[in-house]
Amino acid sequence: MTDRQRRLEELVAAQWRLAVLLTAAMMAIYFGFIALVAFAKPVLATVLMPGLSLGILLGALVIVSAWVLIWIYVRWANSHYDTTVDSLNEGGA
Amino acid sequence: MNTSLGQPNLLAIGFFFVFVVSTMAITYWAARRTRSADHFYSAGRSVTGLQNGLALAGDYMSAASFLGIAGLVATSGFDGLLYSIGFLVGWPIVMFLIAEPLRNLGRYTFTDVVAFRLRQTPVRIAASIGSLAVVCFYLIAQMVGAGNLIRLLFGLSYETAVVIVGGVMLAYVLFGGMLATTWVQIVKAVLLMGGAFVLAFLVLLRFSLNPFALFAAAAEKYGASVLAPGKLVSDPLDAISLGLALMLGTAGLPHILMRFYTVRDARTARASVTYATGFIGCFYLLTFILGFGAMVLVGQDAIRNVDPGGNMAAPLLAEVVGGTAFLGFISAVAFATILAVVAGLTLAGAAALSHDLWVNVVRGGKASDVEQLGVARVSTVFLGILSIFLGIAFKGQNVAYMVGLAFAIAASANFPALVLSIFWRGFTTRGAQTSILVGTASALLLIYLSPTMQIDVLKNAFAPFPLRNPGLVTIPLSFIVGIAVSKLFPEPEAAQGFAALQRRVHLGPLAGTGELPT
Repeated sequence: MTDRQRRLEELVAAQWRLAVLLTAAMMAIYFGFIALVAFAKPVLATVLMPGLSLGILLGALVIVSAWVLIWIYVRWANSHYDTTVDSLNEGGA
Repeated sequence: MNTSLGQPNLLAIGFFFVFVVSTMAITYWAARRTRSADHFYSAGRSVTGLQNGLALAGDYMSAASFLGIAGLVATSGFDGLLYSIGFLVGWPIVMFLIAEPLRNLGRYTFTDVVAFRLRQTPVRIAASIGSLAVVCFYLIAQMVGAGNLIRLLFGLSYETAVVIVGGVMLAYVLFGGMLATTWVQIVKAVLLMGGAFVLAFLVLLRFSLNPFALFAAAAEKYGASVLAPGKLVSDPLDAISLGLALMLGTAGLPHILMRFYTVRDARTARASVTYATGFIGCFYLLTFILGFGAMVLVGQDAIRNVDPGGNMAAPLLAEVVGGTAFLGFISAVAFATILAVVAGLTLAGAAALSHDLWVNVVRGGKASDVEQLGVARVSTVFLGILSIFLGIAFKGQNVAYMVGLAFAIAASANFPALVLSIFWRGFTTRGAQTSILVGTASALLLIYLSPTMQIDVLKNAFAPFPLRNPGLVTIPLSFIVGIAVSKLFPEPEAAQGFAALQRRVHLGPLAGTGELPT
């Protein structure tokens, strides 16, 4: 196995780990929220302040968490991932 | 309340006329640049990240989002928000698993990706069936939304409205291809987000710019239960099933996936998802305010009086806070929204018919550019006419709900095959075929057996399948069938192609071995 192949395999593995981790995080957050909707309706009905129930707060936070996870991925991809891809491509096919 | 909805609104007609004339000008400009199949399907890969982000947002923020969700929130409070949230959380999945590999592996359709290292003919036939099923259900939702809106707005008959939408949309796609469709999406996305923002702002002006004062007013008027999970999601498994379908369905929508081919490379595809998620998230946060705003300022009874499905909540709200002129503007924007989404769907359906079925299955990948373009245009006309018929046949359904079904099929038929083909070495032609077909068939069958179809539509007393959304059963089933069949009948050639696929996923088309798949 050449050095280039080895580095590509490392990159594939690293990308897969991060993609799975972030996908799992998004699913955990979202289905955690849905599970509360399904099984803990009274908890989500808790009123934190007039007009703000826990359900509405957590719902908005699910949207914010999607942004945060994408931000994490893009930060990693724009720096580490792209640099490695560029250096592998410069190494010739 | 007294509303001018249903009477011809000159301003609305004026706004809409301006939109159609300007988008036709765009179409004329794009038509002169649409000379090859590459232009027709993928706008010559010339779209920038920001433009594609806006166009993705335009494709995604359909009539279901704007009219359907605002209506659901207005009539059932918190429960409607589950759609807003579910529609957004699919985007990170698109980003982490799909967008970049899709751009690097395919040419015009997501089927290109599934067929990359598998046997072309069987995989393409199966994937086209999955694609077309999703496109048809989604088209129904959009056409029903269009018919309702224009009937209420211009006093035209539902059927005339559906025919107008079909006709204008056909002109965009037929002559301007992907370039015109993309710019129609961009114009529409800017108008829709701008309109929703102004509408939300006008609502909040009445509550000292404090959304919680608005929510509190809703709780005071209709009880604290509107801020909590309620009756719409009465069965816990139903909530999970709907959630699963909304989340994974996004990554299986043919018209969304097709957009990633309009940009230069995988990095631009990544940038477009980032922009799109930003725009779409903001828009769905605004639907919280629009929905509760309509509940408080218009009132649930007034909304249901105009349309039992609740779809008119947002236009009614616009009339209350901004008068007839603003009603005209918002209605024209909603109409433009539907037109643009229908155009995107039709283009994706035409690509499945012409690129996947005709060029690659019938002609074995050998068709001249002139022939490809011709077949694509014939398919476009066919789908345009089909969408008009579907719109008329399914009159009266709630649009957000119909979109939920489209997502269930996308998540069960397309998503599993796409993920397995990109990430699993052992995936085979037979595995892909059965996974897609079982996903499509089981989703359609369980929708037919569900309470929605059996009790609400067919008026039976009993539904054999308890869930309203089949995703919880059909998505795992499609994965399991795909994996089991691949294990039972291994395909060494497909496994050998996996190394080339991986190289190309990460290093791009230039670094891969061999030609572009056609």
